[in-house]
Amino acid sequence: MATEKQSKPGWKKLQEGDLIIGGGTAKEFKTGDWRSKRPVFIPEKCINCLTCWVYCPDSAVIVKDGKVVGFDYEHCKGCGICEHECPVKGKAIKMISEKEAKANEKK
Amino acid sequence: MAKSNILARTGNEAMAEAMRQINPDVVAAYPITPATEIVQIFAGYVADGLVDTEFVPVESEHSAMSACIGASAAGGRAMTGTSSQGLALMAEMLYVASGLRLPIVLADVNRALSSPINIHCDHSDTMMVKEAGWIQIFSENAQEAYDNMVQAIKIAETAKVPVIVTTDGFIISHGMERIEILDDSVVKSFVGPYKPENYLLNFDKIITVGALDLPDYYFEHRRQAAEAMRTAGAIIMDVASGYQKISGRSYGLLEKYKLDDADCAIVAMGSTAGTAKVAIDNLRAKGLKVGLLKPRVFRPFPKSEISDALKNIKAIAVMDRSDSMNGQEGPVCLEVKAALYDKSLNKPVLDYIYGLGGREIRLDEIENIYNDLFEAIKGKSKDKITYLGVRE
Ligand code: SF4
Ligand code: SF4
Repeated sequence: MATEKQSKPGWKKLQEGDLIIGGGTAKEFKTGDWRSKRPVFIPEKCINCLTCWVYCPDSAVIVKDGKVVGFDYEHCKGCGICEHECPVKGKAIKMISEKEAKANEKK
Repeated sequence: MAKSNILARTGNEAMAEAMRQINPDVVAAYPITPATEIVQIFAGYVADGLVDTEFVPVESEHSAMSACIGASAAGGRAMTGTSSQGLALMAEMLYVASGLRLPIVLADVNRALSSPINIHCDHSDTMMVKEAGWIQIFSENAQEAYDNMVQAIKIAETAKVPVIVTTDGFIISHGMERIEILDDSVVKSFVGPYKPENYLLNFDKIITVGALDLPDYYFEHRRQAAEAMRTAGAIIMDVASGYQKISGRSYGLLEKYKLDDADCAIVAMGSTAGTAKVAIDNLRAKGLKVGLLKPRVFRPFPKSEISDALKNIKAIAVMDRSDSMNGQEGPVCLEVKAALYDKSLNKPVLDYIYGLGGREIRLDEIENIYNDLFEAIKGKSKDKITYLGVRE
């Protein structure tokens, strides 16, 4: 506990008024660790309409050169909106449980 | 001083005059008796083009303070005025302003809180927010209301702590007095331009304001705010000495009136301090050694200055224009007692809760308090808490 306390700045060193200086700092704040479900991308079904990218509330759909390439699991909260909004029949995004995902990783 | 600088003004007019000279970027306000006039007069200045201020007529005092917070965080100089229930409705946002260290200045005209509903003076509203992290400065008359407003903006911006300047409802707010104001240019150069280090409209340096603080950071930020209040006393004194140079009027954390050789002293804030000075002159003419201690600044509480000023006094009466509803003394008395305790000063301290809801306080009542104190010195027991002027 003590070491954890020491690793963060004391009150004299902190920015006054709880300000955070600099933009885009949410990137460094990993919020994906409490997710219970995760989206899995099925590229062969994707028509690259980018609907999922527009709807994702956490900007966790990764797009490169106008195409979806996967998800940022450090920030995805597993809400399933992307899967719900995907217009493709049979869906190009499938939500699976984290438990299942971890089991797949071990295989 | 040019003759035109001597004016007949009510407390509300004096505060509006100070605001005109300060020329803030934003004033957001909602009307409430007896403070309405301050922002009403100021809105007139806006309409007449005498100031550059953006005036935001909001739908509630909660919104007024919220708009001031937004304006201040954006990088503007923001001011407002309110009273009583309005201050109560602002309370949530007052904590946000001080926590974000935004130097907003608020003119509060002291008025009783409901219920029962009442529009007249007591200090319940200001005392209700004494823990909100705002500096609190009390004015004795219209002159002080003007002087305190001009100083407040500089204090707030230097300390990064918001400031409430109070007057007493109707007694000061609507009482016309002779006041001396400074030239516009003198006030302008005294307050200077507002140059915040970080602000939202600075696109070259992006910031986040109001981020969530969990158990690992909240405590440190509160500790900073506590320290800012501790060090604000020295800033208030600095600003006062600068103000003396331009106005010739001197201010401190407290004012002593015929106190140094006094046997008995009253501690009183706001307009009653003026009444007490007359009572003191009357009693001094009869050879009684009596004096007054007027805390001008209640937040930060000038603890050591108060115990120093009272150390040789034999008996003390604190006049509380509000009740803490705590089963014991009023707020000012409790803090004065705590100050004395720290210096191991044990002497009779009597609390007089008075003037609630605008109940008149008369000269003879104040003179009687001094009589009580002389009795207390002789060891004749007196009630520790007296509800002065209430019908039994
Ligand atoms: S599950 Fe929710 S958070 Fe995760 S990528 Fe899909 S829409 Fe975004
Ligand atoms: S919504 Fe479905 S089809 Fe459209 S880009 Fe996203 S995954 Fe591909």
